[in-house]
Amino acid sequence: MAQPQQSYLRVHNDPECTRIEFTEKHVIDEVVIRMIGNELTKLVDDSPRPRLIVSFKGVEHLSSAALGTMLTVMNRVKAKDGQLRLCDIAPQILQIFEITKLNRVLRLEKDMAAAKASLAKG
Amino acid sequence: MTTPVQATHHADRFERTWVLREQRESIERLQHEMGALLEHGGFGEAAAFAIRLALEEALVNGFRHGNKGNPDKSVTVWCAIDPTGIELEVTDEGEGFDPGSVPDPTAEENIEIPSGRGIMLMRAYMTSVEYVAPGNRLRIVYRKPESQQ
Repeated sequence: MAQPQQSYLRVHNDPECTRIEFTEKHVIDEVVIRMIGNELTKLVDDSPRPRLIVSFKGVEHLSSAALGTMLTVMNRVKAKDGQLRLCDIAPQILQIFEITKLNRVLRLEKDMAAAKASLAKG
Repeated sequence: MTTPVQATHHADRFERTWVLREQRESIERLQHEMGALLEHGGFGEAAAFAIRLALEEALVNGFRHGNKGNPDKSVTVWCAIDPTGIELEVTDEGEGFDPGSVPDPTAEENIEIPSGRGIMLMRAYMTSVEYVAPGNRLRIVYRKPESQQ
């Protein structure tokens, strides 16, 4: 019997949105990032109009490959007229988004409550 | 596998060379060793974060773009740590490239393209980042603030 594939995300399906957390504190391994990308893509594809909140709580390291994955997910969400918010981002990780100016294209919120409020506003 | 092939230790300068063959396992092992070296070298938390990030990006580029994923090719890392900071050289077995050919990922027309941010992050965090012709050797320098030397 095939072993279930390891998941690198914790997914909570709420009525108003899907909340996602990382299980890894280092999001740098290319293989892991690819699998995270696949999991996120499936969540987007499975929803007619995805409303996703990705929490970075506990994430201590992030590579440029992970940034690329978040951009890819954002583009897929936009293509389905959905919404994506990122939240709970540690200062050193936030700096990476700011250096690459991705804070201008990705919607970053302080915490989960702020992300939910932002989604509600549309 | 990570193979430390050379280590020299003078009073205030430490040098070491590694030859990395398998991408993920060897990077993790090297990063673990680097963390210990940086701590021993008196690098603060923010500096250690930045150096490890730059090293990660350099190694991934070396394996992926330089060696094009060829498992028979290796990436060599040389580092020297002294009270002023750290110098790193990351050399792959590829043909090299022109770093000027990498488009600016922050330009309006490129901002939503998923790739091309590794070099930018290295340049943002390190004191200097220089590709040595033909472009398969990356020289990275991080200097501590004078107050920490």
